[in-house]
Amino acid sequence: MAEEGKGEVKLLGLHVSPFAIRARIALRLKGVSYEYLEQDLFHKGDLLLSNPVNRKVPVLIHDGKPICESLVIVQYVDEVWAAGGDGEGTAILPADPYGRAIARFWAAYIDDKLFPALTGIMKATTEEARAEKAKETFAAVEQLEKAFAECSDGKSFFGGDSVGYVDLALGCLLPWFGAVREMFGLEIIDAAKTPLLAAWAERFGETAAAKEVLPEPDKAEYAKKLQAHWTAAAAAAAK
Amino acid sequence: MAGDELKLLGAWASPWVSRVQIALHLKGLNYEYVEEDLDNKSDLLLESNPVHKKVPVLIHDGKPICESLVIVQYIDEAFASTGPSLLPVDPYERAIARFWAAFIDDKLLVPWKQAFSGKTEEEKDQGRKQLLAAVETLEGGLMECSKGKPLFGGDSVGYLDVVLGGLLSWLHGTEALCGVELFDAGRTPLLSAWAERFGALDAAKAVLPDVGKLVEFAKMRRAQLAAAEAAAAAAAAKKN
Repeated sequence: MAEEGKGEVKLLGLHVSPFAIRARIALRLKGVSYEYLEQDLFHKGDLLLSNPVNRKVPVLIHDGKPICESLVIVQYVDEVWAAGGDGEGTAILPADPYGRAIARFWAAYIDDKLFPALTGIMKATTEEARAEKAKETFAAVEQLEKAFAECSDGKSFFGGDSVGYVDLALGCLLPWFGAVREMFGLEIIDAAKTPLLAAWAERFGETAAAKEVLPEPDKAEYAKKLQAHWTAAAAAAAK
Repeated sequence: MAGDELKLLGAWASPWVSRVQIALHLKGLNYEYVEEDLDNKSDLLLESNPVHKKVPVLIHDGKPICESLVIVQYIDEAFASTGPSLLPVDPYERAIARFWAAFIDDKLLVPWKQAFSGKTEEEKDQGRKQLLAAVETLEGGLMECSKGKPLFGGDSVGYLDVVLGGLLSWLHGTEALCGVELFDAGRTPLLSAWAERFGALDAAKAVLPDVGKLVEFAKMRRAQLAAAEAAAAAAAAKKN
């Protein structure tokens, strides 16, 4: 095993995990070199036992010390690599306390309201249940359309001129939106209903960080992988 | 006049409001408190928190901040030079504190609620088991954070003390409301000691509601909601 030097960074993640994507985009925005370790959630390796409480990805391991929970990781990365190395050190959270509060509020909204509804679409066993979860998802997305108008203040991203905290929090879900379109024909960000978000999603996808981190453009392939993951997860939970 | 005008929209029984009040108290900040009738929410509340329509809402110089954990961090950052710091200085320790705050809200409170108001005895029982497991895990968290000192924040009250402490009256009411003792000196000695220490703080005494009054209120509220649900179910059944 390699000697743990100062500043050694590892990230335990899963290809299909949007939360791992958050962490990876944050690291990329800061220009941090790290070793990415794809986990097998059904045969948890020793490294994953670095998160004994939840046994989930992502886990950031910095100098041997584990940090868990995607938004906690993003804030940690933002704080530790505050002044970027190769000029890529833009702040993820804004400097002013009120701006930070607004960003944290919307990230919490995404995790508390959007994410459960979205996973509900994928986990639903009846058409009725799926329709219910789709309704909740669309309601959350409409709320985020308003949030974008407020937060962006006419600029390109929730974070203003550059990708910020809320951009990460929502942007990491874009692959799952694509998968849901493939699997169920549901358009989560519909340009007709939520034009600002549709434009934002395109811009986000064009950023260097997103291009590097977001999964392959073959949406059908990705959807299959995600479907397989949920099926296996359900089977494991049923045991 | 631009000042540091603070207004808090709250409800006496809400542990999330208590969190914010404790933070304000620790920082020595003056604020106007507005008690909301949650069955008849004020226009100010609805305008200030249009997304969730819930308390607490902190209004600072006319700008609203919502969600208790967001508010507590805001208070710590906006008033960094007033009173003690709530979050630790070291980024790693901050990450640990934030992790356990998320754990408390996600893994402790969810089973608590199930144990309190689950629809069947089986559901409540499952809640109780998960709750006790979560408390034991939190005991480990306290050991990690406190490093042998009295509080999550070490020698002084920190973010995590505020996050858990805001819930203290509800946590003390767990036996009466959920049928299980939460702080058992045998099972979770550190947390039991912490509960006593935190409860003895000026901020806690000034802010936290009386446990007896809270338990009575919670039981009444639970009965009201159950009755409303039963009535709604009966009405729906009649239609079919």
